[in-house]
Amino acid sequence: MARAVTNQRKAIVTVVAWIVGLAIFFPILWIIILSFKTEGDAIKTPIEVLTSQWTLESYATVQERSNYFRHFWNSVILSVGSTVIGLIIAVPAAWAMAFVPGKRTKDVLMWMLSTKMLPPVGVLVPIYLLFRNLGLLDTRIGLVIVLTLINLPIIVWMLYTYFREIPGEILEAARMDGASLRDEIIHVLTPMAVPGIASTLLLNIILAWNEAFWTLNLTAAKAAPLTAFIASYSSPEGLFYAKLSAASTMAIAPILIMGWFSQKQLVRGLTFGAVK
Amino acid sequence: MATQHSRAAARLMISPAVLLLLGWMIVPLSMTLYFSFLRYNLLMPGMEEWTGFTNYRFFLTDPAFFSALWNTIALVVGVLIITVIGGTLLALLMDQPFWGQGIVRILVIAPFFVMPTVSALVWKNMFMNPVNGLFGHLANFLGLQPYDFLSQAPLMSIIGIVSWQWLPFATLILLTALQSLDQEQLEAAEMDGASALSRFFYIMVPHLARAITVVILIQTIFLLSVFAEILVTTNGGPGTASTNLTYLVYVQSLLQFDVGGGSAGGVVAIILANIVAIFLMRMIGKNLDA
Repeated sequence: MARAVTNQRKAIVTVVAWIVGLAIFFPILWIIILSFKTEGDAIKTPIEVLTSQWTLESYATVQERSNYFRHFWNSVILSVGSTVIGLIIAVPAAWAMAFVPGKRTKDVLMWMLSTKMLPPVGVLVPIYLLFRNLGLLDTRIGLVIVLTLINLPIIVWMLYTYFREIPGEILEAARMDGASLRDEIIHVLTPMAVPGIASTLLLNIILAWNEAFWTLNLTAAKAAPLTAFIASYSSPEGLFYAKLSAASTMAIAPILIMGWFSQKQLVRGLTFGAVK
Repeated sequence: MATQHSRAAARLMISPAVLLLLGWMIVPLSMTLYFSFLRYNLLMPGMEEWTGFTNYRFFLTDPAFFSALWNTIALVVGVLIITVIGGTLLALLMDQPFWGQGIVRILVIAPFFVMPTVSALVWKNMFMNPVNGLFGHLANFLGLQPYDFLSQAPLMSIIGIVSWQWLPFATLILLTALQSLDQEQLEAAEMDGASALSRFFYIMVPHLARAITVVILIQTIFLLSVFAEILVTTNGGPGTASTNLTYLVYVQSLLQFDVGGGSAGGVVAIILANIVAIFLMRMIGKNLDA
């Protein structure tokens, strides 16, 4: 009897949860559907859209007309480049703060966090003028620098929360056994730190890929990543729903997949360890 | 002896990150502050001169500033209300056992990974467009007049779009917090005859309070800087109906080339963000000791 009630309840929850989940996901699903339609069909009523013919035409058009892959490639270079450089700078810092904490460590961490709270628009003017004078506007190198710096605090924080969970006793044991600092890092710490570094890498690539303040303000055509390329559809000519859908699907697909892998780390990374 | 050695090494390892961030913070910040006291327009190069607080006086008495301030607050508060209430309900729903939990979870968090320009354009064209959008088709189907969301209710429409993007974040964090709730406590309360409602208000809400605070503070930091969604949907209009502070500073400095005025606006935005940041930092700082 009790079991029947539980199952009935579970069935109701299942139906409700799926309806809500599909409703939230629906806009993404709709882009994917429209991307396989012709421009003429994409603006029709939903029923006509679903019953019309499926085609890959829009994907071909987007690539032919707009050099889509240059922007895609820019996104890859900007997000991966800024993340890797950020990690190279942050790993030693987070390592030192986690394993050799001093009196000031907490202050340094909090101060780093405070730089992240700075609204980007507060430094838009000087950064824009500096970039213009240094010839960095619309260059990949310029954007990699900015993206590295705006995400550096998050990288340090995430790594710090991961490293802090590595038990210090293991290091002491290794030291007692005569391990040098180098051995300690290569043979003891690295294997334990790799999962944390991998999660940090993944989350940070996602954040950099979707960054849409600096990428919109500091690029024009050459270095524009997908965020800026998609924005160019805000003042289009003629019919464009299918093309916009195809370009959007390709822009969000890789990050959607990475995001699903990193959903647990997302909470930790974006709350700076305040919620685990 | 070893400690002194490792202290020096530690300092050396931390310094690149610290120096870079210090430079990133101090150089542009002091430039913004300096520019905000200049009459400086990019269309009139070489005419810069010190004007004291004139830029601030103009910026703070500009009607556009008040409407931008109001829009910023409405945007932040509106999105917070929707995402916190919606996120709590969604988290409670997803905390129940049901078939296909993993897949529904993936569907619900997906919007968070969609880049801002894509979600704004998709909502603008495929849904809110009165002629070709889905809402327009639906209105026609029901025999109603299609509603032009972005020109009739621009700010509300942007609040809707941004809420869709942030609902997953609130849900995910509140769900994580719910799952760390002590189940025995709930069962004990149930055995003592506490109703579902009183269990929710006396056990779950206090437990979620901390996570909700974190959601509010972190979202506020990001929501104060909403930019791409406004740029690609309404351009801040009609008039200044959907211009927030971030967008106003952008218009003033990069479209009207008024570096001085834009910088004064930037300083005002920094001061407002700092008020929120102080509370957030306290919370996270407390957690560091724990």
